[in-house]
Amino acid sequence: MEFLFAITIGVLVAAAVYLMLSNHLLRFIFGLVLISNAANLTIFVSGRLTDGAPPLIPEGADAPLVDVANALPQALVLTAIVIGFGLFAFAIVLVFRAWTTLNSLTPDDMRLAEPEEAPK
Amino acid sequence: MSWLLALPVVIPFLTAVLAFLTRQSPLGRWISVAGSSVLLIASIALMNTVLREGVIAGQMGNWPAPFGITLVADLLSAVMVLITAIVAVAVSIYAIADVDEGMERLGYHALFNMLIAGVVGAFITGDLFNLYVWFEVMLIASFGLLVLGGRPEQIDGGVKYVALNLVSTIMFLTGIGLLYGMTGTLNMADLASAVDGADQRLLTIVAVLFMIAFGVKAAVFPLFFWLPASYHTPAFSVSAVFAGLLTKVGVYALLRMFTLVFDHDTAFTHTILLWVAGLTMVVGVLGAAAQSNMRKILSFHIVSQIGYMILGLALLTPLAIVGAVFYLVHHIVVKANLFLIAGVAQRIAGGTELSRIGGLYKSAPLLAVLFVVPAFSLAGFPPLSGFWAKFLLVKAALDVQGWIIAGIALAVGLLTIYSMTKIWAQAFWEPHPDGIEPKLSSLSYRDRAAMLIPIAGLAVLTVMIGVMPEPFVQFAEASAAQLLDPTAYITAVLGEQP
Repeated sequence: MEFLFAITIGVLVAAAVYLMLSNHLLRFIFGLVLISNAANLTIFVSGRLTDGAPPLIPEGADAPLVDVANALPQALVLTAIVIGFGLFAFAIVLVFRAWTTLNSLTPDDMRLAEPEEAPK
Repeated sequence: MSWLLALPVVIPFLTAVLAFLTRQSPLGRWISVAGSSVLLIASIALMNTVLREGVIAGQMGNWPAPFGITLVADLLSAVMVLITAIVAVAVSIYAIADVDEGMERLGYHALFNMLIAGVVGAFITGDLFNLYVWFEVMLIASFGLLVLGGRPEQIDGGVKYVALNLVSTIMFLTGIGLLYGMTGTLNMADLASAVDGADQRLLTIVAVLFMIAFGVKAAVFPLFFWLPASYHTPAFSVSAVFAGLLTKVGVYALLRMFTLVFDHDTAFTHTILLWVAGLTMVVGVLGAAAQSNMRKILSFHIVSQIGYMILGLALLTPLAIVGAVFYLVHHIVVKANLFLIAGVAQRIAGGTELSRIGGLYKSAPLLAVLFVVPAFSLAGFPPLSGFWAKFLLVKAALDVQGWIIAGIALAVGLLTIYSMTKIWAQAFWEPHPDGIEPKLSSLSYRDRAAMLIPIAGLAVLTVMIGVMPEPFVQFAEASAAQLLDPTAYITAVLGEQP
């Protein structure tokens, strides 16, 4: 199971890096979404995978009686997803604004803040 | 105890909420000033307690460590919180003159206080995932501040800033996941001993992942490109608080993680850091020498100065860590101040492009004096604070026969003087190209007070650290001792260890 996840994460990261290195902002954002999901999966897998053992404690007991799934990585992933959603929402709006104000989504053309100086 | 630890985070949060609710009225700026002042009082109280009682820790929600979220304040955290509060007060006063009503309506004060909350939270947390959350709070607030106003340059700079910082965030998150998988804990004090049982080669890989993630935040070579692309675009009060605080959170995180957790293979990790430090110093200062805009010069100098702090961490001797801590504190004050001064120059002389301004020395001598203090402190002139910071680090490098790195540090100091004198000569000495005489009296009374009081306050602080460095060096020594021997830190968080 872990092996399968490792392969999936690897494929996601490879695709993400390919997208992020292409000279286009929208592709960069898509790459970012992919790689952030790869990171989330990494956290998820690092909590060890279990099958069909919900982390529930029976009434009256202080601790789970049998081995259960690790709930902490799930909480971490949930937090990371929520934060990631907010950041991507911002990033997408920013890219849209960049397109409307700078008329380009090619990073190489975006030289407004750092203009190439003419030779003196 | 835990309320004292939580207060520095809660205060700016509440201030942000209040400022957001009053964003349509001019009340927001005063709420911001009041909130920062209360934060300053709280951080002085925290500092006082830490000085008296040593490292203090609080378990949030009464979940015992290492299961719950722990807030910890040792001397380094306490001084970082204190200096953050000082910068927050200075910038929130300055913002009265600098930030126009349009930006206030868009929620400048709310975002600013949210940023401060994120910075303070990052300094004070003892939990790795919580550190990630504070980084995000800080990041999203800084995104907002950076593009607030929406001028095309801001959008352009913002895209680069957002893109590279998001990549760094994901690196950080992956590192956290792997570290958790290897050790089963995310509490930093617990990690310090838990990593001993992990596969050491794998641990080094994770360490490098963290190094890259924090390195982007700290703007070290070769990960700094977002900084000079964006820091000269937003409002001056925004770039001052960015310049003062944001990169230093990255340096703090490096300093914390690479003394507490990742100290197992220093021959590998800290050698990388040493190379990074040298290259960061050189590339930053050369970049600055090539610029002709005051804010761009100062932005590149942030990069170059970060190198000095990383140098202290890389050498990892007691004296080097003392130097790094001293440098960190001195740099925040000086750098924020220089950006604030650039803002005044923009207002009265009509720009920050050095070829288009001038004559400030003759017509605004007060500003010239106030510029000299942080500028020459940055370059390391005695008796200003920067001299002692550089002195400690160069001494530490010479002590371990690091002739080359000591030479680089000194040469970079020299080149810093070159940049500072360039600003001095072109903005202050040479007459204004349009023949006008930029005067401070062209500002209204209110603006003049709001801009000059924070600048003067920070300049006084710089001189104070420089003239009587003894207590500050002693403080840095105590805090370096805590970093190099984290027993007190671990005991405070986890209780007595068997």
